[in-house]
Amino acid sequence: MVMSQTDAAFSNAEPIEQDVAVSVRGVSKNYGAVEALKDMSLEFPRGQLTSLLGPSGCGKTTLLKIIAGLLKPDTGEITVNGKAVVGPGPNRAFVFQDFALLPWANVMRNVAFGLELRGVAKSEREDKAAKYINDVGLQGFEKAYPHELSGGMRQRVGLARALSVDAKVLLLDEPFSAVDEQTRRKFQEDLLALVANENKTFIFVTHSIEEAVYVSDQIAILLPRPSRVSEIIRPSSFRLKGAENIRRDPEYLDIVDEIWASLRDYVE
Amino acid sequence: MYIKGYKLPAMSSLLIWGLLWEIVGQLGLTFFVPPLSEVFVTLFNIIGTPAFLKALSETAQAFLAGVFFSVAIGIPVGILMGRSRLLDELLLPWVNIFVSAPLTALVPVLMVLFGFGLKSIIITTTLFGIWIIILNTRAGVRQINRSLVEMASSFGASPLDAFLKVYFWAALPEILGGVRIGVIRAVKGVIIGQLLISIVGFGALFELYATNFLMSHFWAVLIVLFALAFSISEFLRYLENKVSYYAASR
Repeated sequence: MVMSQTDAAFSNAEPIEQDVAVSVRGVSKNYGAVEALKDMSLEFPRGQLTSLLGPSGCGKTTLLKIIAGLLKPDTGEITVNGKAVVGPGPNRAFVFQDFALLPWANVMRNVAFGLELRGVAKSEREDKAAKYINDVGLQGFEKAYPHELSGGMRQRVGLARALSVDAKVLLLDEPFSAVDEQTRRKFQEDLLALVANENKTFIFVTHSIEEAVYVSDQIAILLPRPSRVSEIIRPSSFRLKGAENIRRDPEYLDIVDEIWASLRDYVE
Repeated sequence: MYIKGYKLPAMSSLLIWGLLWEIVGQLGLTFFVPPLSEVFVTLFNIIGTPAFLKALSETAQAFLAGVFFSVAIGIPVGILMGRSRLLDELLLPWVNIFVSAPLTALVPVLMVLFGFGLKSIIITTTLFGIWIIILNTRAGVRQINRSLVEMASSFGASPLDAFLKVYFWAALPEILGGVRIGVIRAVKGVIIGQLLISIVGFGALFELYATNFLMSHFWAVLIVLFALAFSISEFLRYLENKVSYYAASR
């Protein structure tokens, strides 16, 4: 199920990707003389999780921030549900690598902060936040401050904050890279459940091949210098067999190996 | 500090210096240093007098107004400079000039511009306090974690919300540090203003006592002033400690 990604490949993939939530067309971004992204095009199917995977410097975080509206592309266009992106908007929510929590605010206020900025009344936003605090398994910690929580729990707060604004598209920037291995595995399982239960589109940046293959419906491999989408991989069967069986599925192992084979030359 | 396992109470060094002062005073080496005990006796004698209370209220009024303006103008300007490259380029040279300028030399100019009254004293006080508050606030805002800024903007924070709910709090440890130093400078400012502009308040007392060689009176007022400045500064340090729990983890 590995397709080589040439210019024509998008049309091949169209039958599965009819319902596109986010589309990136011809996006370029330069930082001075450095080309972060060059004429990049990519489509993200609705209700699915797409990983952006690649070595450092391939522009995956840049692309994510452009989709979020945090960075402006030099050329090209992003549409989310058919609407062009001109800046941050309520149809997208961002989960940060370093959590980006307010250190002076407790868990409840942090989770409700997205709603607070949108002007939702206090009681209403706290009801909503309480639901998502429960969903991410942080009940009982509503009054705790970020510095009293472990890295994994802090990212649960970040996740709950992104979920509580009820955006249709969730953007996750290496969300598990700052938490320990065991917590990360638990997160990955929870993420699978989240993708299955929430009707949202997930765009997930990671540098971990195993993580990408484990959680993704679709994996976009990005290569650097110049930044480009080198291939799109859609794992087929193993994700239906249950979270605990994925890691020993032959297809899972093959895809992991294959991706490593194509990336190893780009790793300094 | 510990000596041979015994914890010395805070500020015990003051006791040693106080003792030394008393000895030098008792020896009568110079009229400039009366014994500390005599200074304290004078202190308790003058502290309730109408002249002293009037001076205290005049000084407090000018000081509080000056500190208010330094804080109310300094913090927003510092935040704006930290966030806007353009404003920073425009204002930073001036702030740097004024933070190190001999402001006392400007006081005569202020008198020409704003007259001999309270207004000039308040402006002098503000000028002494405001620059370090601007610089510290700016530094605090510039070190705000980039992803906090992105977080605010990605959840659609209006500029005002971002200022009030994110930038101010994220820079608060530095802001409080700046306000603490600014307040101490403002104490200098208010006394210099009262000495140079119109002889009122503590400035007038200093003038009166110094020209009449009433050194124990002079020292007594200085001690009161020190005690006031010290308590305000310690109060701000206490607030700083209250936010230090997140200063390290921003």
